Amino acid sequence: MSIVSRMKKQTAPSTSGRPEADSSAPLLEVENLQVEFRTRDGVAKAVNGVTFTLEAGRTRAILGESGSGKSVTAQAIMGILDSPPGYVTGGAVRHRGVDMLKLNREQRRLMRGSTVAMIFQDALSALNPVFTVGFQLGEMFRVHRGMSRKDARTKAIELLDLVRIPGAAQRVDDYPHQFSGGMRQRVMIAMALALDPEILIADEPTTALDVTVQAQIMKLLAELQQERSMGLLLITHDMGVVADVADDISVMYAGRVVEQAPVSEIYDAPAHPYTKSLLESIPRVDLRGQELSVIKGLPPTLTAMPPGCSFAPRCYMAREKCGQEAPPAFDVAADRISRCHYWDEVHPA
Amino acid sequence: MSKKSAKDTPREENPPVDAAVVPDGTGDATGKDTGAASPAPDGAATEATAGDGAGTPAAGATVTETPRASEPVAPPVLDKGENVLEVRDLVKHFPITQGIVLRRKVGAVQAVDGINLDLRRGETLGIVGESGCGKSTLAKLLIGLERPTSGTIKVRGQDLTELRGGDLLAARRNIQMVFQDPYTSLNPRMTVGDLIGEPFEIHTDVVPRQGRRQRVQELLDLVGLNPDHINRYPHQFSGGQRQRIGIARALALEPEVLLCDEPVSALDVSIQAQVINLLEKLQDELGLSYLFIAHDLSVVRHIADKLGVMYLGRVVEYGNAEEIYEAPTHPYTQALLSAVPVPDPKLRGMRDEIVLEGDVPSPANPPSGCRFRTRCWKAEDVCAEETPLLQVRENSRHASACHFAQKRDVVHGSA
Ligand SMILES: Nc1ncnc2c1ncn2[C@@H]1O[C@H](COP(=O)(O)OP(=O)(O)OP(=O)(O)O)[C@@H](O)[C@H]1O
Ligand SMILES: Nc1ncnc2c1ncn2[C@@H]1O[C@H](COP(=O)(O)OP(=O)(O)O)[C@@H](O)[C@H]1O
Ligand code: SF4
Ligand code: SF4
Ligand SMILES: [Mg+2]
Ligand SMILES: [Mg+2]
Repeated sequence: MSIVSRMKKQTAPSTSGRPEADSSAPLLEVENLQVEFRTRDGVAKAVNGVTFTLEAGRTRAILGESGSGKSVTAQAIMGILDSPPGYVTGGAVRHRGVDMLKLNREQRRLMRGSTVAMIFQDALSALNPVFTVGFQLGEMFRVHRGMSRKDARTKAIELLDLVRIPGAAQRVDDYPHQFSGGMRQRVMIAMALALDPEILIADEPTTALDVTVQAQIMKLLAELQQERSMGLLLITHDMGVVADVADDISVMYAGRVVEQAPVSEIYDAPAHPYTKSLLESIPRVDLRGQELSVIKGLPPTLTAMPPGCSFAPRCYMAREKCGQEAPPAFDVAADRISRCHYWDEVHPA
Repeated sequence: MSKKSAKDTPREENPPVDAAVVPDGTGDATGKDTGAASPAPDGAATEATAGDGAGTPAAGATVTETPRASEPVAPPVLDKGENVLEVRDLVKHFPITQGIVLRRKVGAVQAVDGINLDLRRGETLGIVGESGCGKSTLAKLLIGLERPTSGTIKVRGQDLTELRGGDLLAARRNIQMVFQDPYTSLNPRMTVGDLIGEPFEIHTDVVPRQGRRQRVQELLDLVGLNPDHINRYPHQFSGGQRQRIGIARALALEPEVLLCDEPVSALDVSIQAQVINLLEKLQDELGLSYLFIAHDLSVVRHIADKLGVMYLGRVVEYGNAEEIYEAPTHPYTQALLSAVPVPDPKLRGMRDEIVLEGDVPSPANPPSGCRFRTRCWKAEDVCAEETPLLQVRENSRHASACHFAQKRDVVHGSA
């Protein structure tokens, strides 16, 4: 067992008045999550009915293009939504049966870092430039665990070591700008793991990194996840990364999960035209001269959503009904849904 | 997990090092390490095998000098196969200075250090490599935004580094750039018409004033935008549409060469394909040559005929793109390609993945000899002592700057 998890046993956070957790309930259960932004341009439903579960030791990918609601989903789960203008207007986010949305501010704060932790895309802006890396890591232990400065520093070195930063004892007093992009992302991971969370949300953790560094980071994440049996929620727009590491996938489009399934099923036989088109529009490093199919047009503006299916203006299969009726979540199979009226007509390429 | 760490990889058999091509030591009298830069004769050898045998050796010797008057004469159309762009021994060192009053040079960032490239008409040369390896500096040198420390850049046989004034301006017309970020590269206060037509203000002879509006509308149409939107501002367009505006602007002067620095990196996957297909269409219609810089190796595989892999300011592998993707011989290329995730869960864990240790060294203080040696699992003493030349090696038809170049398929699953 790691040092960090042993340490956690010493001082459990106070959970006064908090509902009892049910250890047989799923690790994380998001049900019909609704988030809206009230802006001058109108109300934007950034997340509109997201539902999924995440079990310990599993990886769920949330895939979608920019603006589809991935980060807002993560922020709502983490309890760090920018409010105002953002509001959770419905749904539940349960950790072992306890709806975190119903907890008070203090109970929620105590869960951040120790139950759910998050890694952000842009490590440089997530780290404070005026404090050393060691100080920022140590702060987790001083604030949450009441450790002395000296002990916290020792923990910080252990964490840097854990994320395989060479010469951790020397680097602990460096400032973020003295680290390379890949190393800063490791520091972010160290910080997220400090309080030994059960759920780790990684929001585009490698998007800003080179492919060889991305490989290092993904490998590190996968190892740490296995070691600690964390549930990993991986937010990405990269279908290659998903194929490499995820067990399950939720494909988001304009605030909705349009298709959700175990990874292998989606790639083999997508059951939504959007997923299928995406798969056909990405070039592959291992294939020569494929035709790239194009998804015409642009995603809709959230404040001016088309009636019916939100993908209809771009869908090669769209029919009259699509412009009138929003497709519900059809059960394609156990563990598998599609929001397309004609899901059974979507065939693999 | 079946991922192999670089260190576990079994050593491959070393081909004999050809003593004739090993440079003498690590640098010349000026302190500039010219090892990786094949001098012109070697450049010719490189090029001869870099393509698929279609062309003749390119360097120096056979260039036809087109004498250029400063009046705008339409340049003669080159046959496919002739070089529109030739880069020889290109070097850019940014001085590192110290002191405020008396600025002393204390070192140099070797951003580009001896690069040779050839680009033929209608051809796409992909340039890949990690952040900081010198891709954008190379593009800036070619477009004239930076002055080279040394080396030559020939466009249709004319050396841009020697031209001045009107001649330079005229020659520059032929090589234009599409930038990475469609959000910041367009002036928000200018209309689309002004943006695309701006090059005509500098090169006033290209289109007569009264014909410019119509020409801009033709360009909008060419890149798939509505010609009626000529009076709109950039913020009224999406990222993909803005990139089309950037392309239309680059095409205004009817260049033969388009430098694309990460042209689709800022775009969403569903929009990327639109822009890639547009670039391919324009190449077919206009016979354009592309220098396509990108860190996305899948996109480059899709679009490039020829490939140059850069590491710390140098090209380490160069030649036919298909050949390099299928059988890279330089360890760095192998590591780079093996790290690209393939969107097929059936292949998970089956790739011959090489995970590199450590970071790229600083270009202000690069390792001696082979610059990749600090991260290379095949490195031997000779790698620190002798700079491997970029040249064709045994068993492979394309050029590789590795003493121990050896083919290895890394992008396909090993069944
Ligand atoms: N004006 C400058 N002064 C000093 N150093 C510079 C300058 N411009 C670039 N460099 C350095 O030259 C090296 C190459 O930079 P360049 O921008 O060409 O990299 P790149 O390959 O385009 O990277 P990326 O993939 O991040 O765009 C880097 O180490 C960079 O810091
Ligand atoms: N603080 C905010 N204020 C207003 N709108 C927001 C805010 N944060 C996100 N949004 C909107 O919510 C939608 C989803 O955003 P996000 O979840 O960040 O997308 P992504 O899938 O790229 O992570 C977008 O339309 C975005 O503009
Ligand atoms: S419901 Fe209609 S428009 Fe929507 S994805 Fe299915 S076929 Fe396309
Ligand atoms: S020459 Fe460079 S790449 Fe080749 S084996 Fe030596 S260190 Fe590695
Ligand atoms: Mg996001
Ligand atoms: Mg660059």
